Amino acid sequence: MSSSRRSTIIVEHLRRQQMTEAISKSKRLDGRALDEMRPLEIELGIIGKADGSSRVRLGSSEVVAGVKVETGEPFEGLENKGALILSAEVLPTASPYIEPGPPDEETIELARVVDRGVRESEMVDLDKLALIPGKVVYTIFVDCSIINYDGNLFDASSYAVVSALMSTKLPVFEVQAGESVVNTGKRTDPPLTTIPVSITAVKIGDSVILDPTAEEEACMDARITITTNSEGKFAALQKGSTGSFTIDQIKRAAEIARIKGEEVRTKIKELTNNGH
Amino acid sequence: MIQTRNLIDEHGLRTDGRTTDELRNVKIQVGIVKNADGSAYIEFGKNRIIAAVYGPREVHPKHMAQPDRCVLRCRYHMSPFSTDTRKNPAPSRREVEISKVMREALEPALILEDYPRAAIDVFVEVLQADGGSRCAGISAASVALADAGINMRDIVPACAAGKVDGKIVLDINDIEDKEGSADMPLAYMPHLERVTLLQLDGILNQEEFNECLDKALQGCKMIYEIQRKALIQKYFGDEQELKEES
Repeated sequence: MSSSRRSTIIVEHLRRQQMTEAISKSKRLDGRALDEMRPLEIELGIIGKADGSSRVRLGSSEVVAGVKVETGEPFEGLENKGALILSAEVLPTASPYIEPGPPDEETIELARVVDRGVRESEMVDLDKLALIPGKVVYTIFVDCSIINYDGNLFDASSYAVVSALMSTKLPVFEVQAGESVVNTGKRTDPPLTTIPVSITAVKIGDSVILDPTAEEEACMDARITITTNSEGKFAALQKGSTGSFTIDQIKRAAEIARIKGEEVRTKIKELTNNGH
Repeated sequence: MIQTRNLIDEHGLRTDGRTTDELRNVKIQVGIVKNADGSAYIEFGKNRIIAAVYGPREVHPKHMAQPDRCVLRCRYHMSPFSTDTRKNPAPSRREVEISKVMREALEPALILEDYPRAAIDVFVEVLQADGGSRCAGISAASVALADAGINMRDIVPACAAGKVDGKIVLDINDIEDKEGSADMPLAYMPHLERVTLLQLDGILNQEEFNECLDKALQGCKMIYEIQRKALIQKYFGDEQELKEES
């Protein structure tokens, strides 16, 4: 698509050639190893008005995520569960090629893939978040704003959402006389069960590299994002972009996602001081 | 995902009477939309899906045109009457995402460099949905592209596998999708041996992951045979098919 972030970032022909040549020799232009992630920084509680928040920097990609907790109606068919609603917006601040407007398909995919990791791993135990079954439940909004774009928004946003949820203090709502819900003013930890971690790999030529920069994404053939939970099980996966993978490449990527995912999980725990 | 009933009974049969390795009934008809350059209709269990291809044709808006290749555009859409409760006809975020992954699943099979400055539009309309509609849609769309005479490297069959009642099963249906514990749709080019779409919802360990992937792959190969027969049927009729099999 001509409107995509990727194709509008013009990587000069020579730069592209340089990159593919380096990668075929197991080197990257920023000096990283093929399976090396960029430095991860996490700051928590940066938005006082939010119930939980984080700023994540993955190299120069930067994402702010905020959690807002309200009460609302449950989703149809999920009457006894709290509602989790996740959105993502790539702000016009993020790059000269992004214009304000409704989310394009890449941004919708981004939000849905991050959502899938959190939802399918059952990170938040939504069964514990019903107030009046069928009528009133906790509604947790997690909104991600991408401040700066330098590739791998899937992982940067996923880490931001997960750490924002880990930093959340849930307002305690009480049911009175079985029909009205009041905010007690107290706060508690949300019911979290696991830490989902996504790992994104992209294929350039015949090599598979982790945590691509914007420049590397502009040269990629195909992308795969794999989310694992704290037990090292797979919870979500999404292949993207117009290239393809062999079955062997996918099985290998799955194993790498498990191992690297555990490394990142340790890092997230460290940076959020949370022993989940 | 709340388990409310047994999805596999004591004989190892599923809610619709299938074994764990069985596909639902799949029927593909080629060339059913008269005005389209290529089309296909697929019945995949209770899924009823039409895929129509227009192009290669002029690109509108013109600035979308690429000087060295053709633009592929895909729309996956569900009719309002296709689901249990009426679906709002406006495209949902789910449909936008499926349209994107569908385009990315089909594109590796097309030789788009053969049609510079042109566009190929693929419209997939789900008339009735029964779980696995993206896979059925991709399978139909790829037959419709072949019917349109687009230069292709391979056909793209698609099929899901998943985990139900602790077992890995082929071709997840609607109930299994909602109540089972994992769903993995896969699109695969059988001759080039390349995966063009892969998603996963739900929890699998490494062993189950590999088993699921292999099972979905088998499903794709079965769908491929059905796609091939449907195309032969349209272009060469029954007779040729008999000759070929003997």
